[in-house]
Amino acid sequence: MIALLLILTPLVAGLLVFFLKQGSAAKNLALVSSIAILALALVAVFAPVSPVYDASWLTNLGSRFTLKMDGMGKMLCLLTAIAYPLVFAAVYKNEYKNPAAFFGLMLLTQAGLMGVFLAADALLFYFFWELALIPVYFLCSIWGGEKRIAVTFKFFVYTFIGSLLMLVGILYVYFHTADQSFAMESFYKVNLSTHQQSYIFWLFFVAFAIKMPIFPFHTWQPDTYEQSPTATTVIMSAIMVKMGLFAIVRWLLPIFPEASVQFANVIIVLSVIGMLYASLIAIRQDDLKRLIAYSSIAHIGLMCAALFTHNRTAMDGVMIQLFNHGINVIGLWILADLIEQKLGTRKLSELGGLAQKAPVMAILLVVMALANVALPLTNAFIGEFLMFNGLFQFNVYMAAVAGISIILAAVYTLNMVQKIIYGEVNAVTANAVDLAFNVKLVLVIIALVIIVFGVFPQPLIDLTKDSAAGLFLKK
Amino acid sequence: MNAIIFSAIMGVVMMFSGIVLKQKSAITKTAIAALLLLLAANLCNSYSVFSINVDTHGLLHFNKFGLFFNTILIAATLVFVLLSGSDIEKAGANVADYYALIFFVLCGTSILTSFNGLLMLFIGIEIMSIPLYILTGSEKRNLKSNEASLKYFLMGSFTTGIMLMGIALIYGATGSFSIDTTVLTPASAGAPVPSFLEIAGLMLLFVSMCFKVSAAPFHFWTPDVYDGAPSVFTSFMAAIVKVAGFFAFVNLFDSSANILGASWKILVGFVIIATLLVGNVTAVFQQSIKRMLAYSSIAQAGFMLFALYSRNDLAKEGILLYAVAYCLATIGFFAVLIKVKDYTFDGFNGLAKSQPVLAFTAVIFLMSLAGIPLTAGFFAKYYMLASVVKAGGSLWIVLAAVLFAAISVYYYFKVIQSMYFKEGAAETSEITTPFKVGLILVASAVILVGVLPSIVLNWFYF
Repeated sequence: MIALLLILTPLVAGLLVFFLKQGSAAKNLALVSSIAILALALVAVFAPVSPVYDASWLTNLGSRFTLKMDGMGKMLCLLTAIAYPLVFAAVYKNEYKNPAAFFGLMLLTQAGLMGVFLAADALLFYFFWELALIPVYFLCSIWGGEKRIAVTFKFFVYTFIGSLLMLVGILYVYFHTADQSFAMESFYKVNLSTHQQSYIFWLFFVAFAIKMPIFPFHTWQPDTYEQSPTATTVIMSAIMVKMGLFAIVRWLLPIFPEASVQFANVIIVLSVIGMLYASLIAIRQDDLKRLIAYSSIAHIGLMCAALFTHNRTAMDGVMIQLFNHGINVIGLWILADLIEQKLGTRKLSELGGLAQKAPVMAILLVVMALANVALPLTNAFIGEFLMFNGLFQFNVYMAAVAGISIILAAVYTLNMVQKIIYGEVNAVTANAVDLAFNVKLVLVIIALVIIVFGVFPQPLIDLTKDSAAGLFLKK
Repeated sequence: MNAIIFSAIMGVVMMFSGIVLKQKSAITKTAIAALLLLLAANLCNSYSVFSINVDTHGLLHFNKFGLFFNTILIAATLVFVLLSGSDIEKAGANVADYYALIFFVLCGTSILTSFNGLLMLFIGIEIMSIPLYILTGSEKRNLKSNEASLKYFLMGSFTTGIMLMGIALIYGATGSFSIDTTVLTPASAGAPVPSFLEIAGLMLLFVSMCFKVSAAPFHFWTPDVYDGAPSVFTSFMAAIVKVAGFFAFVNLFDSSANILGASWKILVGFVIIATLLVGNVTAVFQQSIKRMLAYSSIAQAGFMLFALYSRNDLAKEGILLYAVAYCLATIGFFAVLIKVKDYTFDGFNGLAKSQPVLAFTAVIFLMSLAGIPLTAGFFAKYYMLASVVKAGGSLWIVLAAVLFAAISVYYYFKVIQSMYFKEGAAETSEITTPFKVGLILVASAVILVGVLPSIVLNWFYF
């Protein structure tokens, strides 16, 4: 039941908000309902509730409305539920044209995301996968930057092609299940020959690779992140990219075990290329948002590579990192948005000296930046360490090449920090003021999470143990 | 039999209503009442409550599938008249005649949903087509409308000739008008190879049906006719008439395609790919939304052709669902289009600001046409793709189809971009509240079928 509520609450709240006349009422209702959803998610994680919800839906198609919470699903629901109140609080004072529609669509996206993480039926999963996409299309196209229409459209067509290929893959697997059913269990039991797996695998993988994104399917991502309104960018980069990784664990590896071993090398090489390529581009970026976008591609690349090492340690690392990367990136995006809103520019070359003008912000930026580099004692360290450990066991050379990206991450992140907060105060930054209360609160919470999970990551490992271990039992 | 008889009678009634009733809106109301009556009559027939039976010596055959399909067609016409009735009134001087012609078209489609022999197929197609030639040219002082009508008539008669030729050849080979395989291919083991005449006849029939449903490479009339005809009648043609043609097409080749053996799939596969290619790619480059819809209707035909490709139970359910989804979305979107003064993409700029209800419902119709989940169009496409995957061995054509579906998103979403993301002052004619309510109801139906397609399908099995 609680699983259903996790989807239903944002859906209903979103529709309500959508039709509110008053902007401020919409904003408040959105914030309140997002906090209520967070409470629900906490209950789902900590209370001993039934993890399954099942209702009949499309009986003659063999599809049921089945939701199931496993450890990884719970964790990502929790991440989604945490992200929303933080984002809403951080943008609370921003002015949006037609705020009711903006916050309504944001909540509808949340319903879609929750659904993706909970669905235990392939067709239902596909529905939610699309439901998460469509509101984002409107959010970016209406409230985005100058080039928003073309850029968002590219994003939409990219992901839509991916989804359709996945749909064909789902149909193919469906007709090979023993009981003609879309249920996850039936999908897991399906027996495809190596030859069948070797091509149906790609139908799924391309969809997920576009979403993550993995080199060479990443070209939509920097443009879209740059042009979207920040609240949406946060959701996309903190949570939506996790849909791809989540889907690999939930739908790809168990259904195509042979193909995922067969193609592991190809995918890891692609991921590593993507990591280096994105890191190198990030170094040359002068635009703050694009820098974070490329850095995100590099991080996701590592997670994807780790998934295909089929190594238990790496799997634990991915699980932790799914959560932690989400948290860190929320902090970075909020700071980037703040700088743009306050100073009117995102160009690193035009910034400088913020440490003198806004010391609290500077401190928090350094914390987020260090987490982005995965320094020990920050939350990202454990995850990256475990993933590199797995990668090392899989292939030493691959790990060595991927390891360069750690150095590169330090280069571009510290370079960014240096250009923003040190140096002389210039004309642009002369009028900078320190953080407002709501943003300060949000960022301090994020910084606390970063440090707490950096020192004590065990709860996350415990939470996702069943998902990570389940993957290895099946083989 | 009810629908055939009633629609013919109603057509005559509507003709005379023009003499009795002076007010145009009164004529529309009569038409709505007549359609309701026709719908009731057909439903009575489906549930065998009250049905008129005339011995047709096996020329007509009424089964559940056909009757249900006929119900869909009549209901779609009802939706069409309810939404666009006021625009039919504005289409020209002879409102009563237009309605009469619409009823005659329905008479034709009723025959097409129940034919059991080539003779009735021919008669049905003709009864359906001739009123359409007139409706296309109903805007008498518009040169484009005249041109469209003439073109449609000439091309239509030409294909009718081809169809007759095909029927004649098949009759010559088998001595029967039946489409049953047992008559077509001799059952005796000694002669398993069908005669040349038979195959040639079937091919000619195939070509003429491709023309009727505007499948490439026989689609050339479609853009000009759809563009030239008054928009309300384009809506009727693109939705109801096209779907009826498809039903006949599917039924005609349901069993007789077996004669062609493996070549059937090659033949249909070629037509599907050509249709999807021509429809989708050409639609991308259109400036006028109305013309874009003409090409998009070709593209949709490409998807419906999958029912002929796979020919299994899923395909049959799929064509039903496709009919519902496609009719609702097409009628709905055309109803919006008619209200906008300028049919170019720029003419839609800023519609979301000036007419939020129109723009919002239009988004739902467009998404349904594009086949986005949660709309009826998704399940329509889903069933078509699923039927092919189930039949097995042809994954390449499914992959090609989904890539073309992705292209279709481009031109459908271009309309959404104009309405929502671009500044402008889209001009519309006067929008009444009942019209808005109607649009919202149709859009809700699209969503409802998109979430629970079993509503339609269970009704069929009931």
